[in-house]
Amino acid sequence: MAVQSAEHVRNHLKVYIFTFICLAVLTVVTVAVASLQLTIAAGIVLALIIAAIKGSLVASNFMHLIEEKPIILGLLVLAGFFFIVMMILPLIAYYDPITIK
Amino acid sequence: MEIPYTITERPDTGLYNAKLGLWLFLASEIMLFGALFSSYVLLRVGAVEWPHGADIQNIPMGMLNTMILITSSITVVMSWASLKLKEIGRFKFYMSATLLLGIGFLIVKGFEYGAKFAHHNYPSDSTYLAIYFTMTGLHGLHIIGGMIVFGYFLFRGINMWNSEPDRFTHRIEVTGLYWHFVDLVWIFLFPVFYLL
Repeated sequence: MAVQSAEHVRNHLKVYIFTFICLAVLTVVTVAVASLQLTIAAGIVLALIIAAIKGSLVASNFMHLIEEKPIILGLLVLAGFFFIVMMILPLIAYYDPITIK
Repeated sequence: MEIPYTITERPDTGLYNAKLGLWLFLASEIMLFGALFSSYVLLRVGAVEWPHGADIQNIPMGMLNTMILITSSITVVMSWASLKLKEIGRFKFYMSATLLLGIGFLIVKGFEYGAKFAHHNYPSDSTYLAIYFTMTGLHGLHIIGGMIVFGYFLFRGINMWNSEPDRFTHRIEVTGLYWHFVDLVWIFLFPVFYLL
């Protein structure tokens, strides 16, 4: 992480507070969207998009990934790849022609 | 023999030991929770019918817990920032607040679990409840684990601040990274089980 000097940290305090406010607002938005009369698919997609935005705010600002070393980013890309594979696996099983029969 | 790179960064990775170790651990945690989310998807798409989370869960309680964890994320990062600014008093304040927020999260979760058990809703009653208790229970264990570490650094481990302040600051940084990850997992658990 490039955040090292006291001055750098002091400048980051505003970013932390801004991130916190964004997360709080997005939490309220998540609940508000869920109360709308949307289709199940639209509700799932919207809720997961908002959760992804919140997650990226936490990762980039609180965990400082936005200025992290390349080795960490590489490690996370690898973990993310296998995470996506695991998310796709159930869908492959669901659309398996043997299962459909 | 002194262990190298506990304070300074390794020239090849640019990281100190604890941070590299913690990120490797978090990568394994992504796999652990990823496997459980994958199981959730498999169970849900294969289920004949799936309950709407809002019909079973107490949304205000879930939202309160989300707010508690979000707040604890900023208090833990502020505790680390306080150490970088050499303000040990503020560190104690923010770390205590984080610990209390963790306790608050568990109390709210305890009320939620208690209400379910009172209505005879157990993990064995449905696939939804089974995966709900599994994932939120595992997440709760992570919260307890984080709180044990916070408690240690607040009362006993803080002595390192007098002898090795930079190393202590690193320890708080990696503990904070773990806590943010636990917060991040909850950010996805909340809509998945409460709203969808």
